[in-house]
Amino acid sequence: MMDGSARDKDFVAVRHDSADRQVAGDARYADDGLEPPGMVHLALGLSKIAYGFVSGGDLDLIRNAPGVVAVFTADDVPGINDTGPVIHDEPAFALSEETGADVSYQGQCLFAVVADTREAARAAVRLANLEYSENSPILSIDEAIQAKSFLSEPYRMARGDAGRAIDRAAHTLKGQMEIGGQDHFYLEGQIAVATPGENDEIHVLSSTQHPSEVQKVVAENLALPLNTVTVEVRRMGGGFGGKETQGNLIAVAVAMAARVTGRPAKLRLDRDDDMVLTGKRHPFRVAYEVGFDDSGRIEGVKFEQWSNCGWSTDLSHAIADRAMFHADNAYYYPDAEIISHRCKTNMVSMTAFRGFGGPQGVLGAERMMEHIAHHLDLDPLVVRQRNFYEPADGPGERVVTPYHMTVEDSVTEKIVAELVQTSDYETRRKEIVAWNAENALIKRGIALTPVKFGISFTTTFLNQAGALVLIYQDGSIALNHGGTEMGQGLFQKVAQVAASEFGLPLDMVRITSTRTDKVPNTSATAASSGSDMNGMAVQDACNQLKQRLADFLDKDELLFENGMVFWSGGRKKWPDLIKEAYMNRVSLAATGFYATPKIEWDREAAKGRPFYYFAYGAAVTEVALDVLTGENRMVRADILHDVGKSLNPAIDLGQVEGGFIQGAGWLTTEELVWDNTGALRTHAPSTYKIPTAGDRPDVMNVALWAEGQNRELTIKRSKAVGEPPLMLGVSAFLALQQANNAAKDGWVDLDAPATAETLLMSGG
Amino acid sequence: MSSVITFLLNGVEQRVDSAAPTMTLLNWLRYEKRLTGTKEGCAEGDCGACTVALRELGPRGRLTQRTVNACIHLLPMVHGKEVVTVEHLTRDGDLHPVQKAMSEGHGSQCGFCTPGFVMSLWHGYETGAPTDAGSVADQLAGNLCRCTGYGPILNAAQVARDLPDAPSDKPDARTRLKALDAGPLTYEVDGCAFWAPQDADTLAQLVETHPDATILAGATDVGLWVTKQGFAPDKIIYLGDCADLAEIEETLTGVQIPAAVSHQKAMSSLAEMFPDMGELWRRFASEQVRSAGTLCGNIANGSPIGDAPPALIAVGATLTIRKGAQIRHANLEDFFIEYSKQDLSPGEFVQAVDITAPDDPMDLRCYKISKRFDQDISAIMAAINIRLRSEKIVEVRIAFGGMAATPKRAKAAEAALKGKPFAEAAFKAAMDALDQDFAPIDDHRASAAYRMKTAKNLILKYFVERNFGEARITGRGKVLAQDVVAG
Repeated sequence: MMDGSARDKDFVAVRHDSADRQVAGDARYADDGLEPPGMVHLALGLSKIAYGFVSGGDLDLIRNAPGVVAVFTADDVPGINDTGPVIHDEPAFALSEETGADVSYQGQCLFAVVADTREAARAAVRLANLEYSENSPILSIDEAIQAKSFLSEPYRMARGDAGRAIDRAAHTLKGQMEIGGQDHFYLEGQIAVATPGENDEIHVLSSTQHPSEVQKVVAENLALPLNTVTVEVRRMGGGFGGKETQGNLIAVAVAMAARVTGRPAKLRLDRDDDMVLTGKRHPFRVAYEVGFDDSGRIEGVKFEQWSNCGWSTDLSHAIADRAMFHADNAYYYPDAEIISHRCKTNMVSMTAFRGFGGPQGVLGAERMMEHIAHHLDLDPLVVRQRNFYEPADGPGERVVTPYHMTVEDSVTEKIVAELVQTSDYETRRKEIVAWNAENALIKRGIALTPVKFGISFTTTFLNQAGALVLIYQDGSIALNHGGTEMGQGLFQKVAQVAASEFGLPLDMVRITSTRTDKVPNTSATAASSGSDMNGMAVQDACNQLKQRLADFLDKDELLFENGMVFWSGGRKKWPDLIKEAYMNRVSLAATGFYATPKIEWDREAAKGRPFYYFAYGAAVTEVALDVLTGENRMVRADILHDVGKSLNPAIDLGQVEGGFIQGAGWLTTEELVWDNTGALRTHAPSTYKIPTAGDRPDVMNVALWAEGQNRELTIKRSKAVGEPPLMLGVSAFLALQQANNAAKDGWVDLDAPATAETLLMSGG
Repeated sequence: MSSVITFLLNGVEQRVDSAAPTMTLLNWLRYEKRLTGTKEGCAEGDCGACTVALRELGPRGRLTQRTVNACIHLLPMVHGKEVVTVEHLTRDGDLHPVQKAMSEGHGSQCGFCTPGFVMSLWHGYETGAPTDAGSVADQLAGNLCRCTGYGPILNAAQVARDLPDAPSDKPDARTRLKALDAGPLTYEVDGCAFWAPQDADTLAQLVETHPDATILAGATDVGLWVTKQGFAPDKIIYLGDCADLAEIEETLTGVQIPAAVSHQKAMSSLAEMFPDMGELWRRFASEQVRSAGTLCGNIANGSPIGDAPPALIAVGATLTIRKGAQIRHANLEDFFIEYSKQDLSPGEFVQAVDITAPDDPMDLRCYKISKRFDQDISAIMAAINIRLRSEKIVEVRIAFGGMAATPKRAKAAEAALKGKPFAEAAFKAAMDALDQDFAPIDDHRASAAYRMKTAKNLILKYFVERNFGEARITGRGKVLAQDVVAG
């Protein structure tokens, strides 16, 4: 009966559910609720050194400051005093007044101040008078290698014998590049508000992508069972991975304050503190050694990746793994070896950021492709095309990844062929080559790069989701699921699923905030999995409800459409049917569940199918470079991206476009600078430069791939869209690589981000 | 004389007598008035999430409007003005055309930056600003969005114009502002005094009497001391309400830009005299910062970089410095003594900058090198002004920012050029001479080596551009200007 197949009207470009409220200033964020009388405010005391020891010092000065209610240190935490998501190596408050503190990075949280007002808390924190004894910190990948400072042993993925294949190849090349990190720069900084209840209960309003983990971390630190802690998120003002684990500490701090003072408590970080305290995208070094034939086809390749993980584990292993999973990007490597080193440094603990290691892996692959093409004096596009994984309908000879997963769904070839046409790549490339031959001061470059991105959490157990669908007596529906809304339009997409299942207009479905007391044990809204998993969980709940209605009517098949329910020989209006079902004691609430099928991963053997499917796309970016100054800009970008059957083309286009710009920003102007004491010097938008409106290319054509259709049975055959488009920005970097080669009249190793300075000073 | 901060908020009169003078407009809106549409993204005027509009009556009762960053705007500065927030745009539940265009065109994702963008777009709508993508990008340079990639937001400007007009409350605003009784403000709360005199003589008197007071113009710097460093002064003298310091004066030789003239206002007059200064000001901070910050404040603060001083030094600008009734003049280039130390005694203030009109506006070329084109502080700022007579360099002034502890002339490079034929050899010599002029430092904006190399290259660039035409990728609408093969 329940027709799972998609109808055209399922794929509607309706705007974000909160759009009208957002433009009116009515959409509420965590800091926008009324502050009840008696609310206390927090500020965090941060370490001034990167590595060493802090003796207790004089916190009484702070305790006696005006407005201060309490000061927390490690000594006051009833539970584990740790906020680490996977491994417990991240003290919430490092400082003990009795025993001092080992400090691992500049900006580490030592203690918290609770005061009557935000101003009083922030003023009091400035009075910290601590004694530091400083050791020499590890502040780079090189220093970590030298000090043998790693989170773990190296991890290796391999297929075939890469060394032998390289030795036998007609051509070989070696290269290396440094890849900078990236600050999330979500516009809404980290914030949490805790309200104490009775009987140990505590409610935490948190700007987090992972309410279930915040719940767990709060409970563990307060030494309470999980059922006393409720975490709620209505929306975030941006997340991008920066609120997957980084909200833990903020939530623990307010929960502690609420519990100790019995008063509601709020902590909203100042932007500078936020940027100093919280994690960023991992800086990487990627080295490659590759063997290839005269046509540029790769025969064997070795990658070595070093990730700068910062001082604690956080999610670094999964991130570094994903960088390895994407060292092939869209290319088949007959023999391959990928080795990953996870460097432990005295820097902020690097964390999830849109792409989760994937972008660094992809950039390494694309840089290598460009290098091969330059070496053979070929159009880089041609070299790329010669190395693509075979399409889905191919002979199946060039389809296995270095981690032994068969790529069953490659559409790279088709997407790239279409984009080459629509972007007029060939003509423009010729024109640019000619321009560069004639012009000395402005050089241009054009690069087409694809992306193939694996969809699923590579930590297999995380691939589960829950939903709660409630139908009320009047037929209106309240919808809840484990996913969080950070601007990506997840709520609207999932609401569309529910509305479509019941054949109801969207306004019959109310989207409510994500709460751990409605849907438990959820995974982070991350890994682009939000609509895939929560959409399916909601569909599951809807199907159960539809089945109950069918059972109640004693019909085999029901059709839900236009606010009506049809069956062979009869029909009812939705509200009438619901009313009747209620009167006849039919349960109108259902929980739904989804666990992604088909995936399995043997990390020990580095073999398996970590991904349910792949998402694909490609971009062509053209740049101009000022040879005398290194200044550069994107002139034009053309993008074609595969989102399967789009659940909502408007929302998906927004993700693609925004992802591209964010990726291009990462590789051009967004430079994180730490000084030689380990202090982050770029800790505010005055010094850390994300793209502005003027950085958008003058010409930008973005399209969703019309043929897109997920081979796997995802929700309405759609594909995940959150992370993959970020890697389209890689094309901007490689266009700059080309322009720079033209400027320097030869291959020059270019590091990321390609700031004006990096470009001008590259090549010595 | 007022002792209460009196202003309009979205059409309704407000009288504030108990807020600390350093209370920011944003905090007052959000936490006192519970108008939470206006957001805090950075508390330093760099992200625009807190954008609000200010309306006031100018000379001859003309209603003017500008946008500012509420996060660094101190509350007493709005005395006598009207504050318009995003909540004012929706009437009887109907969204304003810019709101409709943003919402229907998918201009919001996470939505946190959105009210700020809406206010900037609304300001453009109300003032009839151009809606081509380049112009809109300029209008929005002070608003950061991390989600959309900006396309839908840039589109919204024109889409909004195509929608049915929204009723404007400008006439009402004029009436309301006229009726507002807001004389010169003398305000004191919690031991902090705030004066907002309305004429230069009173200002001069106050500054002389209170030489320890912080002089405030647009708060685009002082505001950050408050939000980021907990700055709590005892005395603040705000000069922005001095009507006789708010208008650019034409002089016999050029123009005089007095202390209360914002960058935004100064921009058009300077651009007329020196086209390249116009391009520099287009990229100077953002509309919100330019409409609050002043040219004189930028100079008096003595930033080692400061985009404006090198350009002004290169055209030989002078300062009018006042103490009480006494006036003295100084060359701008002599004003910067060392890092954070200016030639300004207690009781003195910079009353105006004087600029002489050039014979040939294109003698001056300005080069701003920054990590990001728009709304960034320059890593290197070069201003090169060369007058030729019969292909010979007869006059040369080269000033750099970001190369030393203060904005400074490159005397050795100038010497290498002066009197020489206008040819590559002289410019190559000037490039070499730059090593004697500067020993720049490494910081988060640029390395010393990059600064020196680029500074030298900019001298070459001047030569090439003047000889062969512009070769820039930075300017709006000249993305790939005609290039040349250099020697």
